[in-house]
Amino acid sequence: MTDLNFQRVSSQIVATLTRILGAQHLALAEEAAQDALVKALQLWPHEGVPDNPTAWLIQVARNRALDRLRRDQRSEPLDEVVAERLTHAVTPELPPLRHETPPPEDDELAMMFLVCHPTLSREARVALTLKIVCGFGVGEIARAFMSTEDAIAQRLVRAKRQLRDADVAFELTGADYPARLDSVLDVLYLLFNEGYAAHTGDDLVRAELCREALRLGELLAAAGPKICAERAPAVHALLALMYLQAARLPARVGDDEGQVLLRLAEQDRTRWDQPAIARGLQHLDAASAGDTLTVYHLEAGIAAGHAVAARYDDTDWANIVDLYDALIAIKPTPIVALNRAIAVSRLRGPRAGLAAVDAIAGDPLLARYYLLHATIGDLALECGDRERAADSFTAALACECTQPERRFLERRLAALP
Amino acid sequence: MSKYTLMLREDGQTFTKFSPAEMQAIIARYGAWRDELQRNGKFAGGHKLRDGQGRIMRRNGAKIVVTDGPFAEGKEVIGGLFVIEAGSYDEAVSIANSCPHLEFGSIEVREVEVTPRP
Repeated sequence: MTDLNFQRVSSQIVATLTRILGAQHLALAEEAAQDALVKALQLWPHEGVPDNPTAWLIQVARNRALDRLRRDQRSEPLDEVVAERLTHAVTPELPPLRHETPPPEDDELAMMFLVCHPTLSREARVALTLKIVCGFGVGEIARAFMSTEDAIAQRLVRAKRQLRDADVAFELTGADYPARLDSVLDVLYLLFNEGYAAHTGDDLVRAELCREALRLGELLAAAGPKICAERAPAVHALLALMYLQAARLPARVGDDEGQVLLRLAEQDRTRWDQPAIARGLQHLDAASAGDTLTVYHLEAGIAAGHAVAARYDDTDWANIVDLYDALIAIKPTPIVALNRAIAVSRLRGPRAGLAAVDAIAGDPLLARYYLLHATIGDLALECGDRERAADSFTAALACECTQPERRFLERRLAALP
Repeated sequence: MSKYTLMLREDGQTFTKFSPAEMQAIIARYGAWRDELQRNGKFAGGHKLRDGQGRIMRRNGAKIVVTDGPFAEGKEVIGGLFVIEAGSYDEAVSIANSCPHLEFGSIEVREVEVTPRP
């Protein structure tokens, strides 16, 4: 039972049944998967876990799908070909029948691209990916996004209706894959960030988000040219970025006195996850094949610059400022500008950094962002302006922030000379 | 040692609201509960009763009336049972008390009565 994973099996069942039944029956595929899991929940406590639980679940789900199709025959005649395919007992031990059973990963990949259909909003794509590709429950999605179960359930219903109305085909054409790849990567990065960001929320669910983003990214990268065509470097770049950031997770929160958010300068770098860094650098290497340059490339380059510095003072700030300059040219957001200003302060001193921050401080998006004020506070202190530092940390505390962030700010304020 | 049955009552919708990961976790807890009893020689069997079916038979004068049911529409019905070995009601109740089912429904504990042997 150790390698049994209901989340994974559930998404595999949905993907496989959707392929067999057609995308218009996505809801039926989901119901059949849910029915199979509920059946296991009811029977296994009494009968014990069957020898091959995954095959058991798949078989029960196939039977349920067929039952439901038969029951609905009056409104929609039963397609004999579909019925025949459902009846075929396929267990993982048996060699797959080549004409109808591609490896489950192929179905999962197809599902990722299916739910990134262009008619859907970004929010809908993310919610569907979590529900259908990752096998999350509505409650877990709501906890991950600090939303309510009702809101998420409604979003899912709407998204599925849109997919059905758009008469989406499960079998994507060769052109669909490269056309939707950016959207798939965007969703994966969003999942990762939602898990990585130091928000409040359910830690277990958040860690799961990061893991899922990495798993699906690896699945994409492994599918290689068939799916990604010449965009493969972008997939590797995103994976590099995610691994290099994930590597810092163990060191990011201090455990000395409650949960305090630690800055790069303060983190114990021996706690960084070295295998994750190695994997990230490997993907960064693969990302530099070809002449594609994406935002992910630059952000991964910055993360790598930190990852390879043994100590904070060893950081190659000139390189990092260069990368930020390139990044801001293709992604001119206030957050990028703020991070660039911090890098500038390390390279050219706190006064130059403060000037760079002041140049963007008027941005309405930044005005309510605690990190803007905290950065001004730090730089002002380095310039010897204690009063401005105190004002800035106080302003930062007035912004919306999480408990670890709040403790971090309170600590800065209390430590002022 | 006597046998006790734990009749598990639940409403039919109880288990449908969980996510896949939650369901797996719940199964693991039932499994652990059962394993522990088995290790101590206290587990004597169990059955899940099929949902949504059943017949209730009653004599009405000269004829037997058969009705369908019971169905778990909002109210609890017996969904399954475990049989355990225990030395006393107290022990049986304490075993039932550790059963994960209490989070999802109720348990009726009844001793199986056997003819006393002289």
